[in-house]
Amino acid sequence: MLDRAPPETKDRSTEATRPVAFRGAGFTPGDSRSAGWIALALVIAVWQLAGSAGWVNPLFLPAPSAIAVAITKLAMSGAIWQHLSWSIMRIGTGWIIGTAAGVVVGFAIGLSTMARGVGITFISALFPIPKIALLPLLILWLGIGEEPKIATIALGVFFSTAISVYSGVDAVPRNLIRMAQSFNVPFHAIVRRVIWPGALPSILAGFRITASVALLLVVSAEMIGAQYGIGAFVLQAGNLMQTDQLLAGVVILSLFGLVVGKLINLLEVRLLHWR
Amino acid sequence: MDLIADHISHRFGALDVLDGVSFTVRAGEIVAIVGPSGCGKSTLLSILGGLLRPSKGAAELRGAQPAGSLNPLTFVFQDFALLPWNTVEENVAFPLLHTALGAGERRAVIDDALRRTGLTDFRTAYPKQLSGGMRQRVGIARALAVRPAILLMDEPLSALDSQTRELLMEDFVGLLADGTMGAVYVTHNLEEAVRLADRVVVLSRRPGRIREIVTIPMTRAERGTVEARGPMAALQGELWSLIRKEAIDAEREVQHA
Repeated sequence: MLDRAPPETKDRSTEATRPVAFRGAGFTPGDSRSAGWIALALVIAVWQLAGSAGWVNPLFLPAPSAIAVAITKLAMSGAIWQHLSWSIMRIGTGWIIGTAAGVVVGFAIGLSTMARGVGITFISALFPIPKIALLPLLILWLGIGEEPKIATIALGVFFSTAISVYSGVDAVPRNLIRMAQSFNVPFHAIVRRVIWPGALPSILAGFRITASVALLLVVSAEMIGAQYGIGAFVLQAGNLMQTDQLLAGVVILSLFGLVVGKLINLLEVRLLHWR
Repeated sequence: MDLIADHISHRFGALDVLDGVSFTVRAGEIVAIVGPSGCGKSTLLSILGGLLRPSKGAAELRGAQPAGSLNPLTFVFQDFALLPWNTVEENVAFPLLHTALGAGERRAVIDDALRRTGLTDFRTAYPKQLSGGMRQRVGIARALAVRPAILLMDEPLSALDSQTRELLMEDFVGLLADGTMGAVYVTHNLEEAVRLADRVVVLSRRPGRIREIVTIPMTRAERGTVEARGPMAALQGELWSLIRKEAIDAEREVQHA
């Protein structure tokens, strides 16, 4: 038999009470998108004010409105699309080749002792090399067409992808693999149904990095040896002191990076909804 | 089908973990393995289930596999080992995907496993949406789906709070009541061992050797009665007296490590 106590009521003592001080504030930053947009708008407004008031020489820093005009003119003339399409073709092709090779090699390193021994040694030795430094050599090997630019991007993407893939494979909880083995699930099915989805967060994080690497390399490669492409356009505008056009190119690159980032976000929402 | 541990010894590098462990789990029998921390209980279970090759000795099966069993030795894991990207239903279906079952038969097996574990209403939920107890129920449903002959349970309740443990223990008792399924139940909880097992294998501290094999002198049905509480508490006390000193020594050893 339970001995039940009566419910307690508030202590009616006459002695003054004081609230317990709250000490749990902070260390939980929230997500404030509006603050970011307001800050950006403020910077652009100050920049525009500085340009309109003549505080800065427009040759060195054109006002945002001048950049907007330059972008509009480029869009109307069609030049922007020509440059952009060449850059997208190079980035797309190089990224797909580099990613495909990186995923294959990353999985091999993650799953095979032999591939790990060989692969990690090579990756450790070659990853730190700035890939753009290889462009002249690639031009010698592949000629002066698109191939060396695409190969430079593919190389840059390959190493980061391979590293993120084998890190992702390594991070798959071993207990899930043992669980699958305990049910006699075949090797290929363990790779497809356990290791691939388990490594996906790391692989997608790698995509975010390789998209930036590809953008960096395409601009560099186009500045070295291309007639068309955003990199070539920016370099040409710089040589002609057309800073409004130069910054228009930079804004387009920034927007391109944002769009790619958004696409990866969408991919994460779709593929990693279970997190 | 019997499961035999035949002089199993194991070492990890220079560390001796198990030394000459032999016992037999007969068809339909529940054997608990208890012992001090680090005595090799989980290692022994991995060897019995074919997930680890012993340094010496062997794990063997005797007798025919029960009809319809898709995976005679089936694990229930301490940390549930659920695929977080799969729903409850997909987790239960996972071990069936590469079997010869047709789609209709597979659906019936999954429905039955979900029903037996009370998960029918949660089939579309993801593991992150479930409590610890419900996650372990998914692990049990997945194990039941392959119609095991022997369940290999590695501290299946140790990650759960005491109330959930109590509820799941009742589930285990119910699921194993008809004697069609045997089990090897690794635990550090002597109450669970006495409540569930027909025999309790007591291991010594590392390297784990069999110190004693204790038969529980009550049927499983008798253990659910109020009258059984006293004798069961006494049994727990006896088991604790067998491992107490070694548990203290093992704990000190772990702290010095």
